[in-house]
Amino acid sequence: MSISVLLFASYADAFGARQLEVPLEAPCQVADLVRVIRTMPGGDRLPAAPLVAVNRTWVPEATAVNVGDEIALIPPVAGG
Amino acid sequence: MTSPESGVLHVAIVSAPIDVAALLSRAQAPGVGAVSLFLGTVRDLNDGRPVSGMEYEAYAPMAVSELRAIAEETCGRIDGLRLVVEHRVGTLAIGEASVAIIAAHAHRAQAMDAARDVIETLKQRVPIWKREHYLSGDREWIDPTKVRA
Repeated sequence: MSISVLLFASYADAFGARQLEVPLEAPCQVADLVRVIRTMPGGDRLPAAPLVAVNRTWVPEATAVNVGDEIALIPPVAGG
Repeated sequence: MTSPESGVLHVAIVSAPIDVAALLSRAQAPGVGAVSLFLGTVRDLNDGRPVSGMEYEAYAPMAVSELRAIAEETCGRIDGLRLVVEHRVGTLAIGEASVAIIAAHAHRAQAMDAARDVIETLKQRVPIWKREHYLSGDREWIDPTKVRA
C-alpha cells in the first residue's frame, strides 16, 4: 500500500516537498512508516522519533496506520 | 448577535493582521469585570541576532482543533470564563502581533491565569512553526527543543 504523509516547515525543507507517498506493507504502525521515511532522500534530517499526528491527533509510534489516514510529521512546534 | 454567557467564543488561524479591537469587543459582556489580553509580537532581536521579520506556518486544521481543545480545557477549569484566541500565519513585520489571547471574567485573577495558561499550552502542543528572517539575509526555523550554542 502507499501512505500519504504531510510535511511542514523544516521537514518540508528537508525533503523538498510538502507531501510524501510512502510505500509500505500492510499492516504497519507509525514507527514502521517513520523508519521507511528516514531512508528516503532528506530523511537523514529527521529525528529517530519525530512527532506524528494521525487524523489531526497526536499519536504514539505504536499506532496503526491505514490507507486514507491523514498522517503528518510534525517538527518541534514553535507557536506564539 | 448574542453570544453565550461564557465559554470559547472564537478560535481561528488567520492570515490577515489581527484586529485586536474587534477581538476585545467579542470578549466583552455585561458580567465581565476583568479582561486580560496577551499579544505575542515579533521582536527585532533574538539570541543576539538582528531580526527583520518572522514567517509563521501552521498545520491549520489541526492547529485550530488543538487551539479549540486548549481553550475548552481552560474554560472547563475556570467557570464563567470567556475566551477568544487567534493566531496569525504568513510573514510578519517587527512589532506585528502573531497571537492574541483574550480572557474575560468577572474577576481579574481568573482572567489573568487563563490568558497565561492558554499561551503556555499553545506553545507546547499547537502545530505552528516560525522561521526568523535575519537582517543578514539568513532564515532559520526556530526549534524550542534545541538550546542554541
